[in-house]
Amino acid sequence: MSAPEGRKYTQTHEWVSIDGDIATFGLTDHAQSELGDITYLELPDVGDPVTAGESFGVVESVKAASDVYSPIDGEVVEINAAAVDGPEVINASPYEAAWLVKVRIADPAQLESLMDTAAYDEYEANA
Amino acid sequence: MSEELMNTPLTERHIALGGRMVPFAGWNMPVQYEGVIAEHNAVRTAAGLFDLGHMGQFSVIGPDALAFLQYTTTNDLSGLEPGQAKYTLLGNPDGGVIDDLIVYRNPVGEEGYMVCMNASNSAADSAWWFQQSSEHPEFDVTLEDISPKTGMIAIQGPNAQAITARITDADLDSIDYFSWANGTVAGVPAKIARTGYTGEEGFEFYTSINDIAGVWDALLEAGQDDGLVPVGLGARDTLRLESRMPLYGQELGMTISPYEAGLGWAVSLTKGDFIGREPMAAVKANKPARKAVGFKYVGRGGAPRTHYPVAVDGEEIGEVTSGTFSPTLGENIGLALIKSEFAGIGKPFEIIVRGKPVEAVQVKVPFYKRES
Repeated sequence: MSAPEGRKYTQTHEWVSIDGDIATFGLTDHAQSELGDITYLELPDVGDPVTAGESFGVVESVKAASDVYSPIDGEVVEINAAAVDGPEVINASPYEAAWLVKVRIADPAQLESLMDTAAYDEYEANA
Repeated sequence: MSEELMNTPLTERHIALGGRMVPFAGWNMPVQYEGVIAEHNAVRTAAGLFDLGHMGQFSVIGPDALAFLQYTTTNDLSGLEPGQAKYTLLGNPDGGVIDDLIVYRNPVGEEGYMVCMNASNSAADSAWWFQQSSEHPEFDVTLEDISPKTGMIAIQGPNAQAITARITDADLDSIDYFSWANGTVAGVPAKIARTGYTGEEGFEFYTSINDIAGVWDALLEAGQDDGLVPVGLGARDTLRLESRMPLYGQELGMTISPYEAGLGWAVSLTKGDFIGREPMAAVKANKPARKAVGFKYVGRGGAPRTHYPVAVDGEEIGEVTSGTFSPTLGENIGLALIKSEFAGIGKPFEIIVRGKPVEAVQVKVPFYKRES
């Protein structure tokens, strides 16, 4: 399954969509499939800073806990409270309903280093 | 150092069924197929099929078979009639536990006993028994690790008996809980045991290793209209934990007394001498310093995991031995080994999850009990 067009991707299987100076982060289909049944999601608070390559949240399946890494620097402006309350939505709709946080982008140049859809599809196929 | 993983006779089937294979105790085993929660729920509501090819089996026969098992394990096996089974522990001389076991007395017409061992311990168990036998030649026994020639699978769940009945000539109603009998299953000779590790009704099948794949195939086919699904190690763990069955290496270990682990019922101090008896008796007499307790979350937080600290008012009082999100209850549950003075149903403590305390309360175990 190809990842959605028009987004950027990390090697740790997060996606980013960009709308002006706001970036939305989520987990890719590959990530949710590898994790299995997701039972818990921990997100930062609005106003918290996030840093490229560092953990901003935790997602847990029945078997394990995994960090979620920030693709870029920024400040959290909104979190998906519905996904915190019902984290199984990450399995059901990783690219749409299960966005995780919206972040005010600190440095747009950081987006350049992320993978585009074609590059991520190839990366994921070899993961 | 990479040792090659061992395969069971069913490995190719797991892969064909979409199983996600992981290393477990040196074996290449499916952790899940469709998903842990779906498989867990299938066992609670319909039936699940488990590959137990990683588990070990040990044969003890000879005139002193009972005496040898009485001396090397903790429970009193003297009352076992042919065909009956009992849970027991392989104690070490310090009063800890080398493994937990089910001992089956062979059915009428066959002498001796078969012991079912954990995958992770079977080599150590076997070596221990051979060592004990050579140090105690007074026991006239013949020992054999029969794991390499024994196949083992289980079917568990409310539909397990109806499904099994379609492919066996055995009178399943006549096999009591913790008993086994010889029968033909899918056209091959098997020992059919009413035992399991899920808290549900069901059977474990022991056959020749060459026959087990045929039994697996026949059961999957016989159960396809009754919700039978293959179940991986992930759901095996959540099922056993809801039913408060111990897992060696977590609730049990070389430095945990059975009396601390809540398994004093599997130790008979009155049956005569056995390895570990004195230190175990001392722990019981002095009241165990630690106690295994069940808990569930009151607060919100990540699931409890093995080795997470347990605290009261900032003081560490023990650690989680097993924990999980419970698919049946829809909440986080676990077992912890804590200082005895803090134990008590209804008493609160905190689980430290990645540095953050999560409120929990001690509850009665098992967390789940099937309606009978």
